[in-house]
Amino acid sequence: MATARVSGVSVAAERAEVGVFATEYRLTGLNMLIAFIALAIGGLFGVMQALQYNGIDLYKPIAPILRGGYYQGLALHGVLNVLVFTTFFIIGWLTFITSRSLGIPLASRALGWTTFGVMTGGLLIAALPLLLNNATVLFTFYPPLKADPLFYIGLTLVVVGTWLLLINQVMMLRQWRAANPTARIPLPAFMSIVTMTMWVICTFGVATEMLFLLIPWSLGLAPGTDPVLARTLFWFTGHPIVYFWLLPAYISWYNFVPQQAGGRLFSDPMARVSFILFLILSTPIGMHHQYTDPGISEIWKLIHAIFTFGVFFPSLLTFFNVVASLENGGRARGGKGWLVWVFNLPWRDPSFTTQTLAMILFAFGGAGGLINASYNINLVVHNTSWISGHFHLTVGTAVTLSFMGITYWLVPHLTGRRLWSPTMALVQAWTWFVGMGIFSHWMHTLGLLSMPRRTAIGAMRELHPEWEPLLPIIAVGAIIMFISAILYYLNMVLTITAGKKDTVPMVPFARAVSGPEDGPRVLDNFKPWLAIAFALIVINYTPTLIRLVSEMQFIPGIRSW
Amino acid sequence: MNRKYLGYLFEVAWILPSVAVPIAFLVAIVITAFAVGIAVPGEAGRIDPKALNTTAPFDQPGLRELAPGRYEAVVIAQLFNFSPGEIEIPAGSKVTFIVTSRDVIHGYKIEKSPINMMVIPGQISRMTTTFDTPGEYYIYCHEYCGAGHHLMVGKLIVKPAQTASTNR
Repeated sequence: MATARVSGVSVAAERAEVGVFATEYRLTGLNMLIAFIALAIGGLFGVMQALQYNGIDLYKPIAPILRGGYYQGLALHGVLNVLVFTTFFIIGWLTFITSRSLGIPLASRALGWTTFGVMTGGLLIAALPLLLNNATVLFTFYPPLKADPLFYIGLTLVVVGTWLLLINQVMMLRQWRAANPTARIPLPAFMSIVTMTMWVICTFGVATEMLFLLIPWSLGLAPGTDPVLARTLFWFTGHPIVYFWLLPAYISWYNFVPQQAGGRLFSDPMARVSFILFLILSTPIGMHHQYTDPGISEIWKLIHAIFTFGVFFPSLLTFFNVVASLENGGRARGGKGWLVWVFNLPWRDPSFTTQTLAMILFAFGGAGGLINASYNINLVVHNTSWISGHFHLTVGTAVTLSFMGITYWLVPHLTGRRLWSPTMALVQAWTWFVGMGIFSHWMHTLGLLSMPRRTAIGAMRELHPEWEPLLPIIAVGAIIMFISAILYYLNMVLTITAGKKDTVPMVPFARAVSGPEDGPRVLDNFKPWLAIAFALIVINYTPTLIRLVSEMQFIPGIRSW
Repeated sequence: MNRKYLGYLFEVAWILPSVAVPIAFLVAIVITAFAVGIAVPGEAGRIDPKALNTTAPFDQPGLRELAPGRYEAVVIAQLFNFSPGEIEIPAGSKVTFIVTSRDVIHGYKIEKSPINMMVIPGQISRMTTTFDTPGEYYIYCHEYCGAGHHLMVGKLIVKPAQTASTNR
């Protein structure tokens, strides 16, 4: 069995390697194709929202197709971008990473195709009511807003489909351990498995909400549902989902970007520690999205705030480790001084530049996130456009722009065609960086001026005089991002259809300055960490959930759109 | 010095402030929340949203003066307005907002104030603050509630002190 990593291998060996993973590559490619189609449609509605803020209503011309106007567009924007795009990309990406890092194909290819089939089937089922304006409940689907049952059933299937990848990963890890009884788990595979484990644990929240509250209620089997209980279950999944989006980008930042920068990963043990901390701390903190909710005690909100600050720590570790790796690369390329090495980094490499720019905006997103997490300070910004500004830096840039950067080398590798235009890719990265910087900064500012999020600002009876001069800037930022997106899609379509046929090798996994042998073996043993993760979830959620279930009310559903 | 050892030194130099700074922030938050009194909403009881018209205090929404300079505003959020939509108080008043929803989830945010609550059917939301600066302040529903969500705007009018208070 081929367990060696590919680095500096011959073209023939590379072709043979790719042949071994033909099914995995097909699955990765198909998942990413669906992901980026979703992003294209969802992104289009994003621009329309920014124009609507400025009184340019593009919803009327499309009313014969989508009659729900602004809010139906908003529902599509949210569901397609943060649920569909992310989930499909990540399942494809982690399929690729796990098999290439362990050097073995999926343990069960049938299960691999089942994963894809269940997710795609779920997507099609959920898409129907969304497009028919029967699920204009946004991606948070808070009851008692009541959507068509197909919407809830479809989304549940997408989530259940993702669980199947973890089964495949666990079987692959067993095979790999049998063949390599004393070796440390390769870092990329370790991270992929931690990410999926964290995801499967945290999705028990939304799965419970769907199966026991929303689906029976939407089918008419229950007279109503309890909105606070549903919200609590939603955010049980809804915060850790951001780590489900982010960790796959981190996997690239840790395992490929140092290599692309011309250096090594600074510390493998520190990287493992940070992922284990994400496994432990991602879930027992969801109530920080409910600081302003009635019906939840202030003490539990504060406890969740404290743990939220805890999960900031592994992100700070990541920040240090990744920047130190970049410095390692910059110095290896002849960089000198405290900061001058930055200029020695390979800024002409589109994949490197795209991901590094994503990291820079993410630093601001992280700082803003700490403000949102700050219990009573959140009163200033909760549910204002500050929040939309915030997550466009995190999921909208750290994640989305990194995923685009990954495709700049991965799509040529998967398809055997060279990237059509590296220059166009560089322009795309910088325009996204600038457009998002403008958009996000002024969305934050408007939030401080109390502009509510998820609101058709352009249709308000009275426009707040303090917002008025800032709204055009939002549209400028959005249009720059729209241009960036056109460049991205043009480049990708041309690469796939007309790119020069060539064997494009995979970017090799980065080696570490301080390798896994410098860290304790217990880091590779999932059991103690899983036990701690479960214990914290039980402690932080059980009292509130028991009380909410015991007080449960049946509030009837309403279709108010 | 050994290269690896130097690496560890850098790691420790980063980790110590990474722990210390968030702890300092948390201490500041706890002090402002529990000593200074900038509190978030908590548990204020449940109510049957179908029986608002017969359940106190929501059977009579509006502003009540409890004592000189001390008010209670009972508000119902509903598709797509607040009842009452306009509240008028003299500057320096301390107001407790008691809000619930008749139908779906709404929001209640008064600009330039700490009042920021989710309003959830079945639940009572409660927050108190003092308004010192005269002026007109918008009250926004900041949770998507349906096709007319953007129309759901109220107003708080803080009159210069000594003016009589009314509510509409």
